[in-house]
Amino acid sequence: MYPIVKKQVLNEEVSLMEVRAPLAARHARPGQFIILRVDENGERIPLTIADFDREKGTVTVIFQKVGATTKLLDQKNEGDSLADFVGPLGRASEFDGVHRAAVIGGGLGVAIAYPQAKALKALGARVDLIVGFRKESLILLEDELKAASDELTIMTDDGSNGHKGFVTDALRERLSAGKTYDEVIAIGPIPMMKAVCEMTRPYGIKTIVSMNSVMIDGTGMCGCCRLTVNGETRFACVDGPEFDGHQVDFDGAARRGRMYRAEEALAVETHICHLTGEVR
Amino acid sequence: MQMNKTPMPEQDPRVRAHNFEEVATGYTAEMAIQEAQRCLDCRHKPCVEGCPVNVKIPDFIRLLKKGDARAAYDVIRQDNALPAICGRVCPQETQCEARCVRGIRGEPVGIGRLERYAADTAMAEEAAGEAKVNAENAKARVAVVGSGPAGLSCAGELNRMGYDVTIFEALHTPGGVLVYGIPEFRLPKQLVRREIDGLERAGVKIVTNAVIGKSITLNELLEEEGFSAAFVGSGAGLPRFQNIEGEQLSGVYSANEFLTRVNLMKAYRFPEYLTPVRAGKRVAVVGGGNVAMDAARCALRLGAEKVMIVYRRGEEEMPARREEIEHAREEGVEFALLTNPVKFTGDENGSVTGMTCVRMALGEPDASGRRRPAPVPGSEFETEISCAVIAIGNSPNPLIAQTTPGLETQKWGGIVVKGDTLATSVPGVYAGGDAVTGAATVILAMGAGKKAAREIDEYLRAKNGEDAKA
Repeated sequence: MYPIVKKQVLNEEVSLMEVRAPLAARHARPGQFIILRVDENGERIPLTIADFDREKGTVTVIFQKVGATTKLLDQKNEGDSLADFVGPLGRASEFDGVHRAAVIGGGLGVAIAYPQAKALKALGARVDLIVGFRKESLILLEDELKAASDELTIMTDDGSNGHKGFVTDALRERLSAGKTYDEVIAIGPIPMMKAVCEMTRPYGIKTIVSMNSVMIDGTGMCGCCRLTVNGETRFACVDGPEFDGHQVDFDGAARRGRMYRAEEALAVETHICHLTGEVR
Repeated sequence: MQMNKTPMPEQDPRVRAHNFEEVATGYTAEMAIQEAQRCLDCRHKPCVEGCPVNVKIPDFIRLLKKGDARAAYDVIRQDNALPAICGRVCPQETQCEARCVRGIRGEPVGIGRLERYAADTAMAEEAAGEAKVNAENAKARVAVVGSGPAGLSCAGELNRMGYDVTIFEALHTPGGVLVYGIPEFRLPKQLVRREIDGLERAGVKIVTNAVIGKSITLNELLEEEGFSAAFVGSGAGLPRFQNIEGEQLSGVYSANEFLTRVNLMKAYRFPEYLTPVRAGKRVAVVGGGNVAMDAARCALRLGAEKVMIVYRRGEEEMPARREEIEHAREEGVEFALLTNPVKFTGDENGSVTGMTCVRMALGEPDASGRRRPAPVPGSEFETEISCAVIAIGNSPNPLIAQTTPGLETQKWGGIVVKGDTLATSVPGVYAGGDAVTGAATVILAMGAGKKAAREIDEYLRAKNGEDAKA
């Protein structure tokens, strides 16, 4: 069992959990992920590593309550344990030769973009961090984001924080003002990553995206997470999760991501009470 | 003298095609004695030669004639760490039973069925673990990577020799292909669990959720964690696809994914278990091996109305066991032989809805000795499907090779071992099973695990001797 040593509610939809898992913490690096199972009947879900502490043997994950598993996960608190927690999986990010970077996060993707920005900043790069949320009340990790960037821009879809628009609007402004980057890192919903890639393509700026595919084992065994990159089949779990965004077939990945939508609704229906949010 | 095997009671095909209960229900005590009495106890024991782990077959059958299943089980366990499993999934017809003298006229002795009976009966009485006490060996720790048949067998054998053995498993449940691949109705998971519990009681340690190469590397185990030797039995877990149009559509599964969802994650009990699987009404399973039969029979049990095996050669060339093909056919699986998919088509949501196939004709024999299939020009036809399962084989998983400097592999991914010794290019590291041979059988993997254990024993004794001299 894997004890939860810290739990923090970041906003109404997103929580943070620090879990004791020495084998996962031992080699954890930014860009990698873990797979967890809440309990014996649970499914295996991948979550990107948001932070880690090798001394304490802990890994921190940040998740959004979107489906049955993440809702069940959110029922767990400090002192509770998770049935399974395995990692680190996937390839770590590579930051060689990146001196000026734009790191872009959308929604929950902000939590995953944050460790990238932090790591780049620690390596001495100049980091512009552009993050987007639906509304002001969903903004998370603001102090951490500030500390991990040279310039932080927070956009909201509804303009409730005074900056109305998408992350691409902020990026467009910078690119047309002549700002240059060695690399853009975009992490968030597929339409956002696709839009960022289309925007950087004419500028020829290398753009890295992190693909959050459906997975089971996470070690290359099942092929569930496959996607098309540069015309070839790749596995997000072992070849990724990060890929050159200019080569990713986002539309195909989005279709595969939607496959179990009906089953997901049924699982929530079965396990979660609509009135209280409690587990049945 | 009874010419044929005592029949094995089975669930009715019409009933069993809709449940995940075990197909063959096992001998009663009377049936076991009746079948055991067919053994001639011949002096040259050809059956033992036919067994990859050389189980003392006439010895255990002699005990069964007297009705002593417990003693029979102990005899089997001397050579085979997992008798209840082998009794069910070994291809006895090409191994022990193929050599049986009774098979010259009539049917061979049902060795597999008797092995299963002995194991089930003894295990019901709770089998005790037995590690030999060996103070010298107990000082040496051996790491086993992977808890499938090769790893379990290697660990069991090393444990019997008195070594301190730890198995590292990437998934959350030990058993490898025995739990994620082979379905419940052919190998109940409770039984795999009991066999593994027996090993744990005997002193084998198992660490789950440990991906060697990621969580911790092989070199770290040997250099920092105090292991003196290691066995890699990481299996053939990299699914092959045909690389044809439409394979990325939702509803096109690798056999590994489909079977893992159903068997390991228990998707057939969704939503009680949270992992879904979607087979729908018309399922095509591409391939002709045991894995394809397993996937097809799972699809039926998930409620599919039509399940077809699509195989590019003929029935004669199918690598699956005859018994598996027969079971599938009895349950209603259809066979589209000499047929090969060339394209999958889908709807606007990206879900698979159809498959285009081409008819094949057999030409000259290829490297495998089987006649090479070639497409018949202009024979394309379309068929409606709700799900496709690709069961055309697996390659060894590359994770360990990628993260272990100096570990040599073949071009196709298999770990290179030195002849019979199963020693890899890294000193103290041995490998066996599908990770070396590519996808094969449970018992061959177990044979390799056992062999590697003996080689590791020799290696450690030699090393100790040198250390003593130094």
